[in-house]
Amino acid sequence: MSITDFLTDLFNPDLAFLPKALAIAVMSSVVCGVVGCYVVLRGMAFIGDAVTHAVFPGIAVAFVLQGSLVLGGAVAGVATALLIAIFSQNRRVKEDSLIGVFLVAAFALGIVIISQAPGYAGSLQQFLFGSITGIPDRDLYVVGGAGLVILGLVLVLHKEFVAVCLDREMSRSMGLPVFWLDIVLYVLVTLAVVISLQTIGNILVLALLITPAAAARLLTDRLGVMMLLAPVIGGTSALVGLYLSWSYDTPVGGTIVLVATAVFLTAWLIAPRHGVLTRRWKRPMEEPSPR
Amino acid sequence: MRALEIEALDVDLGGRPVLRDVRLHLDRGELVGLLGPNGAGKTTLLRAILALIRSRRGRVLVEGGPTRPGRSGIGYVPQRHEFSWDFPISVEQAVMSGRTGRLGLLRRPGVTDWRAVGDALDRVQLTGLRRRPVGELSGGQRQRVLVARALALAPSILLLDEPFTGLDMPTQELLGDLFTSLAREDRAVLMTTHDLVAAVDSCTRLVLLNGRIIADGRPADLQDADLWTQTFGVSATSALLKLVRAA
Repeated sequence: MSITDFLTDLFNPDLAFLPKALAIAVMSSVVCGVVGCYVVLRGMAFIGDAVTHAVFPGIAVAFVLQGSLVLGGAVAGVATALLIAIFSQNRRVKEDSLIGVFLVAAFALGIVIISQAPGYAGSLQQFLFGSITGIPDRDLYVVGGAGLVILGLVLVLHKEFVAVCLDREMSRSMGLPVFWLDIVLYVLVTLAVVISLQTIGNILVLALLITPAAAARLLTDRLGVMMLLAPVIGGTSALVGLYLSWSYDTPVGGTIVLVATAVFLTAWLIAPRHGVLTRRWKRPMEEPSPR
Repeated sequence: MRALEIEALDVDLGGRPVLRDVRLHLDRGELVGLLGPNGAGKTTLLRAILALIRSRRGRVLVEGGPTRPGRSGIGYVPQRHEFSWDFPISVEQAVMSGRTGRLGLLRRPGVTDWRAVGDALDRVQLTGLRRRPVGELSGGQRQRVLVARALALAPSILLLDEPFTGLDMPTQELLGDLFTSLAREDRAVLMTTHDLVAAVDSCTRLVLLNGRIIADGRPADLQDADLWTQTFGVSATSALLKLVRAA
């Protein structure tokens, strides 16, 4: 299918779900790209994984009760994020073990809950792998509003998030509320995940959080540039992915993730300074002077 | 008024006594080396001074008042491994991050802040590298970034945690000279170190610590082998003693 056909379909009133899906996919990818930068730089990908699984029981409850899936997911995700943040203050059990416990427990709870709903198999697939149909108009505003709130909070707390990522000990000595900043960051990650669930699906949403940010990290050594590049990569992957998915009738979430992965692999190979091939072609960089 | 005054400090960690009856004072102009084996409570003492952990008894006075995180005039230089060196950030941004607490929410760095960062970079001679990503620096340069980050707050007290670890001799010497001149510029500098040679060489005073303070005096006055064997739990024929005598 050519780009023109795709555009025609986008504006076809009979296919009203298509522009809606596109808008949600691009908005959520942009938000995930920005938030994902902190996730990648702090090495908390596993926490992202936990949160993505943790929203599942909330969605299941919302589905059974016919409520808002986004809201249900947000409540469950935030609750799990808080649990992890609180439990991880006790250093006897390491964070990754805790996450292992809560991640699987939450997912298990979701499966048990959703199995109570009649005809759950089809919905289950939709939650897990995403879908572009059946998105209520209301979600468009929920996703847009939540996205703006998330980006606003990032703008306000960026300096503090960076300080805590850089050096927790120093941040404490400066009087920063490290614990609360952790909580806010976890909640932001959760919300970014929840607004992406519709189109991408529960299993694949982690890729939206990690892959664009990781690709951007390979392309630059400047944080500001990275935080602009990651949402651009995420948004573009969503656009191209949805186009390919529509053209070749492939699952939308999977296609978007594969496009983002292709960008990551390209960056890994030919990033200006850190690409594997780039380094081989160029002479080794000048070593910084000693001392 | 003393720059730093520690009065009869007791600190427990996880129910175990770590520091007992620590009394110590620092004046501006002093470079004091805090020596002791692993687990002696050196870092714990620094964290207690910063009010990052609660003490059981006793108190810490900075310029005559109690420590408040982010408010007292203390510059803290944690161990190098506490910092995420792979973070995509330039030298000057890393130094600016030291002013985050003072800036407060919603405020962006202004002219005053950038001037403070510029002065701090000048002081540690990193101005030429200020735009370089921190990941591309050598160990000695990284240590100087951390010192500059602490200096960006214009502190009257500087606390250095193991600044010499993993650095070669010429780099240690350079840093030792830097710390000496920072102390001479009317600051009180307290540093923990395992490096006896560097400590004996550059410090105006040495404090031997192992749970409690075992000795406190000028390097020349700490020749008594007993003090060192008691602090480090080594035998009287240990290489450590030969080192101290030679230095």
